[in-house]
Amino acid sequence: MALDIQKIRAQFPILHQEVNGKPLIYFDNAATTQKPQEVIDALSNYYHTDNSNIHRGAHTLADRATRYYESTRTLLKDFINAKEEAEIIFTKGTTEGINLVASCFGKKFIEQGDEIIISTLEHHSNIVPWQILCEEKGAKLNIIPINEAGEIDFEAFENLLSSKTKLVSIVHASNALGTINPVEKIITKAHQVGAKVLLDGAQSSSHLEIDVQALDCDFFVLSAHKLYGPTGLGILYGKREVLDAMPPYQGGGEMIKEVTFAKTTFNELPFKFEAGTPNIADVIAFGKALEFINELGKKAIKAHEDELLSYASAELSKINGFIPVGTAKDKVSVISFNINGMHPFDVGMMLDANGIAVRTGHHCTQPLMQRFGIEGTVRASFAVYNTKSEVDALVASVAKIAKLKNKS
Amino acid sequence: MSIDKVQEEIIEEFDILGSDRESTIFYIMEIGAKLPDMPESEKTEENIIKGCQSKVWLTARENDGKINFLADSNTDITKGLISLLIRILSGRTPEEILKAELHFIERIGMGNIIGSQRSNGLAAMIKQMKLYALGYQAKLNS
Repeated sequence: MALDIQKIRAQFPILHQEVNGKPLIYFDNAATTQKPQEVIDALSNYYHTDNSNIHRGAHTLADRATRYYESTRTLLKDFINAKEEAEIIFTKGTTEGINLVASCFGKKFIEQGDEIIISTLEHHSNIVPWQILCEEKGAKLNIIPINEAGEIDFEAFENLLSSKTKLVSIVHASNALGTINPVEKIITKAHQVGAKVLLDGAQSSSHLEIDVQALDCDFFVLSAHKLYGPTGLGILYGKREVLDAMPPYQGGGEMIKEVTFAKTTFNELPFKFEAGTPNIADVIAFGKALEFINELGKKAIKAHEDELLSYASAELSKINGFIPVGTAKDKVSVISFNINGMHPFDVGMMLDANGIAVRTGHHCTQPLMQRFGIEGTVRASFAVYNTKSEVDALVASVAKIAKLKNKS
Repeated sequence: MSIDKVQEEIIEEFDILGSDRESTIFYIMEIGAKLPDMPESEKTEENIIKGCQSKVWLTARENDGKINFLADSNTDITKGLISLLIRILSGRTPEEILKAELHFIERIGMGNIIGSQRSNGLAAMIKQMKLYALGYQAKLNS
């Protein structure tokens, strides 16, 4: 059933404002999505009525906070279809999830001469942790090339795989171009040589249905704030056997079983990786964001976003001077582009003058921009609350801006 | 024309545009397009101003005790901003440049128009121009 977008928009207070005298059109959803009222309320309610440190509290508030906190973990288990709650580790976000794996998996399983594979599409947060690890261990980082459309070269990937490959860490859907990678095939191939696979789900998790068991990935990371939830929060999913074999990330409270000055034993999963008092309020509010998504259904969300994507792509392509960057067959709702003769910063500023929020620049994917020989792009990215008439406004503004340098 | 007089002129021009953000930005870009070309040979790593998000190259020459600036950028809006600065500060003595208080920036509400990141870049450009003035002042007085 088609979604009632106006009813959905009504749940997002931030959308109902003017920017520079124009109604706000928020097309920067790949950077962060806006939050529904229920998420905002949950944050404030927690501090109003439930605030307490979780786990091991002997009182009612602590019990209540713990139950709410852990219920988000259960929602997340179902959201990505993990086998058990213990496989869901709360983090600060996707970046920390990747760094945790680089640090803990790397410490134990990466040795001199080993190889790690990433792709040209990666966000800096899925490049730099591996560079640091490879430097430290004397391992090698291999990069899967892409074609002009922004799709990975699968044959090149197969050629990079060998018994030396210990890990393939790849983006599920590109933040800069929207490309959806053929991750099922990648995982199958990687497992054939005994390599583990980490999927960066920062972008994919809000658009695609995620089933980590069907995918058979070893790690999956995501950020709450791109899923209509609060900032500074995410999860690392890992298969139990892999997480169990990894040493802890940080030392502190929560992550221990018993501490003596002679020796400390570590807690069970997931707490082994959750040292210190966690981000309780945001975890609880994240639960509301997940319920919001579940209620609408990922299929319906994707159908709506796909409609906006194909409509916007078709309309923008008619504009003289419009240069799309990334034209993969399989994409999430991201349109990256440039206007002939113009810098993306300038285009972004002119769109902002019309109340349209987009992202401009390299999108934390400098090597990808280098691949295309450009400094950056303008990126419009759609979420469930965006409308066709907002796309019309974008198209009209882009057309006007393009005319400045591209006389038709 | 004095530095203050040129600033008044600029303030008046922006006044005519009113509060419409789009036309203000178009105007800044238009001024930018008129900035004289900087030779490619001058666009060196050394001449890039640190602290700007977009690329800005700036050089200065001294002639008869007066400093002339030459600048370029890879974005039109930034070119427009430099162009305004050059209009005010080029062809002045080091003392004039060092003493100049660029009140037009606040008066036309530039911070609001260009946002905080570009405002930092604009401040970096002014600083670099004053550093050139300081350098030439020392040279001329030696």
